[in-house]
Amino acid sequence: MIYLDNSATTKPHKEVLNTFVQVNESFYANPSSIHEAGVEANTLLDRARGQIADLLHTEGQYVLFTAGGTESNNFAIFGISKANTHKGKHIITTEVEHPSVLEAVKSLQNEGYEVDFLKVDENGVISLQELQAKLRKDTVLVSMMHVNNEMGAIQPIEEAAKIIHENSRAAFHVDAVQSFGKLPIFFNGEEGPDIITISGHKIHGLKGSGIIAFRKKMNIIPLLLGGGQEQGLRSGTVAVPLAVATAKAARIAIEMMEQSTEKYRRWHNDLLVFLTEFGENIHLLSKETGAAHILSFSVKDLKGEILINALQKRGIIVSTSSACSSKQKKTSHVVEALNMLSNFKKGVIRLSFGALNTDEDILEFKKAFTDVMKELKGDKNQ
Amino acid sequence: MIWKEILIRYGELSTKGRNKKDFINRLRANIRHTFSDIAPLDIATERDRMHIALENEEQYEVLMEKLPTVFGIQSFSPVAVCNKDLDDMKKLSLIIMEQFKEQELTFKVEVRRSDKTFPLESHEIQREIGGHVLRNNPNISVQVKKPDVELRIEVRQDAIYMMAQIIQGAGGMPVGSNGKSLLMLSGGIDSPVAGYLLMKRGVRLEAIHFFSPPYTSDNSLEKVKVLANELTKFGANIRLHVIPFTEIQVLIKDRVPSNTIMTTTRRMMMRIADEVRKEIGALGIVTGESLGQVASQTLESLTAINDVTNTPILRPLIAFDKLEIIDIAEQIGTYETSIQPFEDCCTIFTPANPKTKPKVEKVTYYESFTEFDELIDRAVRNREVYKFPEENNMKDKFEGLL
Repeated sequence: MIYLDNSATTKPHKEVLNTFVQVNESFYANPSSIHEAGVEANTLLDRARGQIADLLHTEGQYVLFTAGGTESNNFAIFGISKANTHKGKHIITTEVEHPSVLEAVKSLQNEGYEVDFLKVDENGVISLQELQAKLRKDTVLVSMMHVNNEMGAIQPIEEAAKIIHENSRAAFHVDAVQSFGKLPIFFNGEEGPDIITISGHKIHGLKGSGIIAFRKKMNIIPLLLGGGQEQGLRSGTVAVPLAVATAKAARIAIEMMEQSTEKYRRWHNDLLVFLTEFGENIHLLSKETGAAHILSFSVKDLKGEILINALQKRGIIVSTSSACSSKQKKTSHVVEALNMLSNFKKGVIRLSFGALNTDEDILEFKKAFTDVMKELKGDKNQ
Repeated sequence: MIWKEILIRYGELSTKGRNKKDFINRLRANIRHTFSDIAPLDIATERDRMHIALENEEQYEVLMEKLPTVFGIQSFSPVAVCNKDLDDMKKLSLIIMEQFKEQELTFKVEVRRSDKTFPLESHEIQREIGGHVLRNNPNISVQVKKPDVELRIEVRQDAIYMMAQIIQGAGGMPVGSNGKSLLMLSGGIDSPVAGYLLMKRGVRLEAIHFFSPPYTSDNSLEKVKVLANELTKFGANIRLHVIPFTEIQVLIKDRVPSNTIMTTTRRMMMRIADEVRKEIGALGIVTGESLGQVASQTLESLTAINDVTNTPILRPLIAFDKLEIIDIAEQIGTYETSIQPFEDCCTIFTPANPKTKPKVEKVTYYESFTEFDELIDRAVRNREVYKFPEENNMKDKFEGLL
């Protein structure tokens, strides 16, 4: 099986799995317990926290472990919005966010918050002028993904941060689920985010683990109430084995970043050239300016599902635009936002590379795809 | 790498006439000790400054990170070198000034031309380099009298040396230049701060801790060890003497009136500390006491406690507010450890109403019915001694997991 769906999830690294098992065997005590075993587990937990803090250029106390990207995004949005009603009830986000952001802000909309959704151009990128224009005195939160999960567009985080911090009191949340380990993303004073979301299973870590990290002390209220773990911000016994495994996956991701993005970029460029050979049958959603590890494109007059099945028969796993929306019948909101010709909207498929892919995988894909196009499009392909 | 050496300017020791040589040697030894993990450093000393040669990027980074914690350094600057060639000098001057690019500031070029054969005169170098920097940095302007930044160029025999950045050091005096004292380390917020302040004045420390299992847990001892270890980052080894104190504490509780327990307990601690001090050849005892903070820290209490010894008791925090102490604890990185909630021996057996104004005669009278000397001897004899910085065994346990 050639797995090219790494933006849906990744295969955990062996080392990460080993860490998970070893911590479960040796340091299973509750890190809040005051006995020796608990203190030991807590020490290990703090080490994991510190390691992630170093990677993100913040301090250990500002790193919290969650159950995944969705929880981290929900926490950032509800936590900041509800804690800052004295400043206002205005939120800015983009129309191409992940559902864990979009659904959260929509639910706040129902509670009387005002939300502006920034438009994107045909490259999937927001306009900084629009961002600046939409910022208001009562804006409390700007939430923006770094890399789009469906087509790889990169948002200008640094420029956005400067505009937000210069022109408002809003907190700047960046959903870095698709970018951590692929592009540099870290706290950088007024020139970077205030809050970052990371998911463990997208970086060859384990499912059910995520991180929310803060640049500094924030005014935020918890989603989960209870025993007051994680400084009262995220109750529930901390899953030490998951936390340590996530810290390890994050370290490996950053250490390998240069090497792996170089590889992804090579494949990305290679495939862009390869796909243009199919002429007007193909529309590229991903551009050279986008993230290297995501390549999505659409085949004219075909359903994505059919392409996926045909490739799967040849041992190649890819997905339609995103795993979250692929089971739904309607066209994805990201595809809608890109303003594509209607006979391309249904045929979107996405390739996403991971640390375990090789040059051979890409060759195999090209072979299989050529076959599939011959089979499905026949002579029209010429 | 453009960086060739780090230039260190001494703190107060510049003023210390005849002991100066000792102090410089001490500082050099402390720097070597602090950086023992990045190979032996090549350090050349002069009357008022010191040069550490840089061999690689790693040395540069570690030095820049840790030098600000070493006492006895007033300030330091990374120094770059280039060929004795005007074009190279111009290039280097821009790299050095790069870090100031974003700010509006004033600067001047200062030239020391010890190689008199160099074709350009000092003022010519000033004009060439100054002009070049100005043309490339619109935010920077010239100010000769009191510039924000001084770009210093030294024309030496072997090369051109250049520096601009001046980084504040920790000040104070090299640890060890003012003798040795014994720090009473409880595990709270105050005592590590007291230790730090004395270290800053050049005092080498050993620490003593009173351990009363099972009333106090291994966690509280662990915490004290972490604190002792943290203090070592200010440039010296620290030995921690852990005194088995349960027996004495239980006996005190049985033998003296409850409102005197606290005073007597402190007196016994002081007697033990004094014995240990004698054995290790320390001159003073350091405590984190701050006037009026708790019942044992009123002037009356301090008098009653002090009554057991003539040794100088050094109380650097005596006039500090709690918040000031916390500030320092946060700066030196001991606060987080100190506030972990474990029982220490001072908080067990505390009566509801300890005497805030104990009388020495009364306390001595109550104690006179009990023979403490032998117990004190035994406690001193049975103490355990730990050395810091220790090869952390906790860390090894987690090896490979992260």
